Amino acid sequence: MIGYYLTSAFIISILLFFNKNLKVNYLLTILFMILQWGFTIYEYNHKNITDLVYFTPDSLAIIFLVILSIVCIPAFYHSHIFCNSTKEIPYNRGIYFAAMVILLTSLSAAYLSNHIAITWIFVELTTLSSSALIYHRRNSLSLEGTWKYIFVCSISITLVFIGILFLSLAVQQSGGTDLFYKGLFSKAAGMNVFWVKLAFLFIFTGYTSKAGLVPMYTAGIDAKDKAPSPAAALFGSVLMNIGFIGIFRFYEIISATSILAWANNIMLITGVLSVFVATVYMLHVKNLKRMFAYSSVEHMGLIMIGLASGGIGRYAAILHLILHSLAKPALFFQMGQVSRIYNSKMIYELGDYFKYNLTGALVLLYAFFIVTAMPPSGMFVSEFLIFRSLFESGNFYVLVIILILLTMIIWAFGKNIFKMLFIKPVGFNDLNVEKISPVESISQFVLLTMVIYIGLNPPHELVLLINSAISNLPH
Amino acid sequence: MTNILLIIFTISLIYLGVANRLKSYIAVISFQGIILFGVAFIELIEINWLNLVLILLETIVFKTIVIPYFLNYIIKKNKITREAEPFLPDFLSVVIITVIILGSFLLSNTINDPKLKKIFFVVALSALFTGLYIIVSRRKIITHVMGFLVIENGVFVLSMAVGNEMPMLVNIGILLDIFASVFLLGIFVNKIGDVLKEGDVEHLSKLKD
Repeated sequence: MIGYYLTSAFIISILLFFNKNLKVNYLLTILFMILQWGFTIYEYNHKNITDLVYFTPDSLAIIFLVILSIVCIPAFYHSHIFCNSTKEIPYNRGIYFAAMVILLTSLSAAYLSNHIAITWIFVELTTLSSSALIYHRRNSLSLEGTWKYIFVCSISITLVFIGILFLSLAVQQSGGTDLFYKGLFSKAAGMNVFWVKLAFLFIFTGYTSKAGLVPMYTAGIDAKDKAPSPAAALFGSVLMNIGFIGIFRFYEIISATSILAWANNIMLITGVLSVFVATVYMLHVKNLKRMFAYSSVEHMGLIMIGLASGGIGRYAAILHLILHSLAKPALFFQMGQVSRIYNSKMIYELGDYFKYNLTGALVLLYAFFIVTAMPPSGMFVSEFLIFRSLFESGNFYVLVIILILLTMIIWAFGKNIFKMLFIKPVGFNDLNVEKISPVESISQFVLLTMVIYIGLNPPHELVLLINSAISNLPH
Repeated sequence: MTNILLIIFTISLIYLGVANRLKSYIAVISFQGIILFGVAFIELIEINWLNLVLILLETIVFKTIVIPYFLNYIIKKNKITREAEPFLPDFLSVVIITVIILGSFLLSNTINDPKLKKIFFVVALSALFTGLYIIVSRRKIITHVMGFLVIENGVFVLSMAVGNEMPMLVNIGILLDIFASVFLLGIFVNKIGDVLKEGDVEHLSKLKD
């Protein structure tokens, strides 16, 4: 099935690239969404059955595949709105949608991959396709963003490769012959710890560029800032998930060795540093879209902390990641409407949003409560569980630091959002403001409501999936 | 023989520290391609011929001829001035690169692993960190690409250390090479030269908070 999926997605993206007709363009994206959903449902019904040697839909993959399929529908919808509003020429439109289809396909394949090198190849493909999306506007700023993104991601992907080489040294000594996650996991106990440590450092550092953690988070921020909002929504959710999956699958291997505590410490430090960096930048950020991007860094930091502190934290980390990848796209989709009204992303030039776009303003207000994890947001539950796991693992000081930092983040976030909603903008001429139909905001309400629902009342099936995803980790 | 080649490779890294002109950088990168061809030929002669041909083609065609030619073309097309413009004096660069080599030498001496080909490890680590050093210490964007190429060469050496057992990994490394370098350079050729008048990193500092 995955073979058919990859080939048809590839054909669709080629057709999108060459097609000049608007109707056909709509039709092809709809076709891809049907394909994506068909594939997701098929994989869901064929759990843990390996396909084409290298692809196994295990629980973790299924969770994030479903999330991707959910997020891709509004992403395509808003992409069409975006392209219509900027009156793209068919050529640019073709490149944009072709790149988006390749991005989504390679993400799906990377989720499902059961071999460390295959994951790596598809992650490389995501870099290439997302750079086409970042460069969409073709001006000097987007060029700068693209260049930085490609350069940082290329270096980090090289670091991952070096890590895989070290890992292959380790696995040979323990008698393994291949690099399937399953094989690595079963041979983990006999590996030379020195090589595993080196491999972990390189692979972890490499994947942080995708996951949006310290030290390689910078490229992702520029990418989300310069890409069109629907693409940024994908970068802020499903693309970060692949970074997490890369780290998590290797973490499973580490958890079977004697250096688990060491790795936990590193992840804890990275998590705290990420939250710290996000706080520092959010306190003085001037660009609303970049603030949302930094907020993603904060959430990824929390997720790492949850994963590292163990216990209930692991469950909470994955739940938090799911909720984050539903909530963050809503903010970025809304950002598209904001920049259509104000032609600007600078907080200084935005304001009085209730007057110009009532439903959009409601989305922003709603999203503010969801993303800062105030009840009834589902993220409240997952963050609460992460804090509890910090308590239980005895990292009391970390908890105090994190709580102080989060308070500052909520303050900064609230300051900017409320300024945007209620205070009059400076020097804004509202004679020709574009009227935005409330229909465009429906998708965002749906996504945000899903966050509440999943967080407060997770479906039984989802709980089972999360528990089976973390079942390889020691208790 | 492999040892001699690898030592020459390391010396070429030190030469990168003092090289002033972009032309010498390109020459060094091209020269490293030839050395890697030799090393790959000696080390990997036993693996199956298809893989061997692929690897040899990659080193001799790609690393030695195509990329240096491409770099020359970029420099001519965008009229990039010939100086490398380091932030630090050359003498300091040589000292730092020597320290890097010494450091990776000492690090590898702490490893007790009979399976490890130590010289490969030392050379690969030195190339890796020298590449990173060149990226952070040079002003032009094109020198960043060159630093990246040096890192790639280091990765190639490292993959050779495990190449006999896992030829698939070496092939994937080649895939990385072709993808990343062509893409990086392609963007550079087509876009940066057109939009920015000079290829200085200072022009790429507008995105910030």
